[in-house]
Amino acid sequence: MFEWLSDNRASLAAVIIIALVVMFVASIVIGRRQADRTAKDAVFGDPERTRGGWYWAVCGVAALMLIWFYFSWGMGRAFFPSAANELCQVAKIEEVLSPIKAQLPIGSRYYKSTLLVSRNADQLNEVEQAFPAEAFSAEETAELNAIVAEIRKLIANSSNPANVKPELQEELHRIAGEIEGLSDELRKGYAGLSPTPEALAQPKWGVTRDEIPILPMTARGVMFDDVASKAGGVTDAFEKARNVIPANDEIIADVKARLDAIKVANETGSFEPRIAKLRDDYVKAVERIYRRLDDGTIFPADSLQTINDAIVGLDTAVDDAMGGLAWTKKLVLPGQGVVKSRTQCTEQGSARWLPKPTDVVATLLRLANPDVQGDGGYKGVPLLWWKWLPIADVVGFFVPDWIADVWPGEYSRHGADGSITPNFKDKLLAFARGDVNLGAIPVLDGHLWDSLFRVLVALFLGILLGVPLGLFMGVSKFFKSFFDPMIELYRPVPPLAWAPLILTIFGIQDDGKIFLLFMVAFAIMVISARTGASGTQLSKIRASHSLGASTGQILRHVILPNAMPEILTGVRIAIGVCWGTLVAAEMLAGTTGIGFIENIARTVSDYELIWVTILIMGVLGLVFDLMMRWVIAKVIPWRGKG
Amino acid sequence: MADLVCEHLNMTFTNPQTGSEVHALKDINFTLKKGELLSVLGPSGCGKTTLLNIVAGFLNATSGVVRLGDKIIDSPGVERGMVFQQGALFEWLPVSKNVDFGLRMKGMPADQRAALVEKWLDIVGLKGFGNTPTYQLSGGMQQRVALARCLVNDPEVILMDEPLGALDALTREKMQSLVLELWKETGKTIIIITHSVEEALLLGERLFVMAPRPGRIHKEYNLPFAERGLTESLRAIKQDKAFSKVREEILTMIWNMEEEIMGRV
Repeated sequence: MFEWLSDNRASLAAVIIIALVVMFVASIVIGRRQADRTAKDAVFGDPERTRGGWYWAVCGVAALMLIWFYFSWGMGRAFFPSAANELCQVAKIEEVLSPIKAQLPIGSRYYKSTLLVSRNADQLNEVEQAFPAEAFSAEETAELNAIVAEIRKLIANSSNPANVKPELQEELHRIAGEIEGLSDELRKGYAGLSPTPEALAQPKWGVTRDEIPILPMTARGVMFDDVASKAGGVTDAFEKARNVIPANDEIIADVKARLDAIKVANETGSFEPRIAKLRDDYVKAVERIYRRLDDGTIFPADSLQTINDAIVGLDTAVDDAMGGLAWTKKLVLPGQGVVKSRTQCTEQGSARWLPKPTDVVATLLRLANPDVQGDGGYKGVPLLWWKWLPIADVVGFFVPDWIADVWPGEYSRHGADGSITPNFKDKLLAFARGDVNLGAIPVLDGHLWDSLFRVLVALFLGILLGVPLGLFMGVSKFFKSFFDPMIELYRPVPPLAWAPLILTIFGIQDDGKIFLLFMVAFAIMVISARTGASGTQLSKIRASHSLGASTGQILRHVILPNAMPEILTGVRIAIGVCWGTLVAAEMLAGTTGIGFIENIARTVSDYELIWVTILIMGVLGLVFDLMMRWVIAKVIPWRGKG
Repeated sequence: MADLVCEHLNMTFTNPQTGSEVHALKDINFTLKKGELLSVLGPSGCGKTTLLNIVAGFLNATSGVVRLGDKIIDSPGVERGMVFQQGALFEWLPVSKNVDFGLRMKGMPADQRAALVEKWLDIVGLKGFGNTPTYQLSGGMQQRVALARCLVNDPEVILMDEPLGALDALTREKMQSLVLELWKETGKTIIIITHSVEEALLLGERLFVMAPRPGRIHKEYNLPFAERGLTESLRAIKQDKAFSKVREEILTMIWNMEEEIMGRV
């Protein structure tokens, strides 16, 4: 069932999207009709007007879901399930041609040659202006100026179309012709082409971690894929082409010889260190520029024009061949479309970090699957499940080993025949260590339970210790003034600022986190209990004195129930703050927990998992709060009515 | 059961910040015999409530003694029940648990408590309201609960601090009858503090009119109206010439005191 749903998530999404659109439209219709009905007896600003209105809630939820479906490409995938695969094939052409495009105005505004010429000329000017006249003799100065002039001639020669060798001209022409051939192939269409069985056997879009299947699954895709593989040869040929000019070979040899002569003079002559350094630096600067000019990468602008035109023609041909696919991309796949990198095709734009709703549900179900040996859970731990806990482990945790040590007698020794007979003291030690079989009890297990367990234990301890202290602080000058400085000094520090210290002291396992959360819950509980206790009406206290209650009885029967509303509000706040702190603490350190999952998901950019953890935390926070509201309504119905 | 005696009672409040002193009560002397009904009247700030709080044991006088029989009063006690203006009920408990609060604190067994609660709820006219949460009761009913809660402890003296001040006129009249009835049936010594001159006249066998700065007993009356109220309708008594005469006299007296406070004379 799950497999089937998972494989057909695109169709499932289509059904959901249609339902959402219906809900959206229907709720607006109902809302407008209701508005017409109430318009007569309600004015703007009347709080009565804001009562009810479930249809607008439906409208809002539907709108939110539709926006989510749209920007996550869920809508595109639902109605055009092969679009991404075809766009991937188009992206292959783009990827293959990108080295050529990068050298042409179509890819980067200027020819690469233009940029090279401009950069080299600028650097030559800079070098000339920084010429250290004091370091060179008059003849040397003239010689160096002549060398720079020669180098300028190198650039000029490369840029002159008249110098281009006939072979190179032919090669460039051939490349342009091949590109045009690719365009022709696209114009021919994809009749007669069909995808390979291997391609058709690929998992559907979004089912695997790699998202988009890479082999062409449609005839149109096959056409683009063919063109892309042929374009590979064109790119190789273009990258190998060099504008090697015979006239330049002579200049290069000449410049090299003349620079070498000056280098020899630098080495043999005796100059003071400062002058020697100036001479060396200048010669090196000149040499660096001219070395860049001997590889024939500067082409005359005219010679590349035909290739540029051919590429523009190919782009047009690709656009034409895409046909409706181009509209699909514009309308339902917002962002930069699909990009092919070396090994995979990826969604770009909002779809990259916003997973599709159906994928989020699939990820959640996979995470919730308790079969950790298979695909379920995360890092070998289920999300929320149960396990057998040996009772002996619990006993061993609570019973200290020294109980066996203080028992009279000695631990047994091995006998002469090599056998050991355990005595009672041995058995007691085994019991205290938990090395006995006492059966097992089922307990909850999993990432979510670990997080909940930490919060609940910390909250329990915080309430257990915080409420009595708070009550005493509310009624006793000594308690209030004695404990106030301690609590008020540690409370304002953000809990996460304590985390590095606490986690270092108590370790990254449960102890540290529980203590950290306990600190949070304790302060909140103390303050709320104190506020509640000190807010007890004097007349109630006096009345209970007159009715013969003792101090302890007043504390238990009057001040505590009177502080109940504040205490429960404190619990409600503490749950929220503990939950927030816990997730952050789990991100800092630990091996289980919902925050741990999100942190690991972050490091591998698993956006679906990140969103799943965020949703789980949101829903749990909501559930906590609803539970507390229910408890408050049940426990203190008198609140606000006293 | 014994008389309530106040001897040379003085009370001075000191402001802890400024050190300035306020003479709240000056040389109060009176003896209240067992079963007497005393109402205390006076303008705001004349020390009525302070006097009551001292008798209740919530405050200790600067000098002087209050005695109930042989026992010197220095702390609150069950033998002096208190009824407050706003009831001071425990809103987290239902009516019956409010009423038997004192008995529970004493550790009385549940069946005895239930019988007593039943009896007193019947007397104050709240039969069948035992399980009702107090916050659902009207103001008058809340005061009835407060009365029952106080009386179930069987105190020797009942102290009432403006017990009917927050009630509407009709409810107030009914409650005044109830107080008189309870006084007659139980024979308790009762002190009522009130703002209302009519109420003071109706509910006072004896009446102290107190004057402020320093708080002192300005004038004492012995009145027949409470006794008459046991048999006659309260409204009829209010029409009485004698009643009107005393009322006007006291109203003028208090009016003049208020004028004096505001410095108009």
